[in-house]
Amino acid sequence: MNLSDWNDELANEMAKADGAVLEDNHWEVINFLRDYYEEYQIAPAVRVLTKAVGKKLGKDKGTSKYLYELFPYGPAKQACKYAGLPKPTGCV
Amino acid sequence: MSVLHIVNKSPYDRNSLDACLRLAQPDSAILLIEDGVYAAIPKASASERVQQALNNHQIYALQPDLQARGINPDNLIDGISLVDYDGFVKLTTDYDKSQSWL
Amino acid sequence: MATKKFLYVNRKAPHGSIYAQESLEVVLIAAAFEQDVSLAFVDDGVYQLLQNQDTGALGSKNFSPTYKALGDYDVSKIYVEQESLEMRGLGKDDLMPLVYEDEDDDWAEKDSIHVVSSSELADIIEQQDVILNF
Repeated sequence: MNLSDWNDELANEMAKADGAVLEDNHWEVINFLRDYYEEYQIAPAVRVLTKAVGKKLGKDKGTSKYLYELFPYGPAKQACKYAGLPKPTGCV
Repeated sequence: MSVLHIVNKSPYDRNSLDACLRLAQPDSAILLIEDGVYAAIPKASASERVQQALNNHQIYALQPDLQARGINPDNLIDGISLVDYDGFVKLTTDYDKSQSWL
Repeated sequence: MATKKFLYVNRKAPHGSIYAQESLEVVLIAAAFEQDVSLAFVDDGVYQLLQNQDTGALGSKNFSPTYKALGDYDVSKIYVEQESLEMRGLGKDDLMPLVYEDEDDDWAEKDSIHVVSSSELADIIEQQDVILNF
């Protein structure tokens, strides 16, 4: 799949198939991942994601608890999927 | 026309460039591609050999390979010409044959 | 798990073979295990850190920006051999800036790249527990 083929609608459809609905808090993280990929050409490992989200979106959001509540299948894996990105580097 | 010599290895990793310079007839041309383009950077330990070779040979460097490696095409050893992919194809047809120093 | 000192030695140019890209991937994966990681760039490996690499015209993935993520992965000890740079007509200014945020110094942004002499690098190699070559 080509990264540029991704769009919001596709993300919503993927979430729907998992029985989830994407809200603003989800989009914040998904868009953060898209930006990170654009800049560094990788999806960050969950530890890196947590730290970076805390810095960018506020300390209360930079915790694995917050991110796991949004993406219960694993923040890096599930959010990357909806963001149309490859699996995070460092995700074993 | 004579031979187009193609070098695709870094002069600091293999001796392909040296073999080419030793065995290329005057008036044959040299085309640097892939890691061979590192030989086009000035003030390096291979620069003098390249500069000497420019007295007897046209030397070309493939622009997309320079760009991929972060080598500024405006700052090459004086006398090296740039070619793009079309120029590469034209060179191979302008010369009787090509010799690739793998 | 006891922390060990890992050194990754990179000696190949970035685009002529797969070594550089594979090394970077392994470093990022291993960084998840929170070991003491250092990177050394020697011989043609110094070309991996050149600024403004753009593989667009080659149609291959441009992994050059990924080096800038190393700081996020807590990889902050990057050693470049001075002699290798000089031989290739290069200096520190030709390399991309790589930084990390120092947790112990109020997250101050600091330079990750250290240009070292051959003998300094020889000492660094001696101090390692595990050395991996690419």
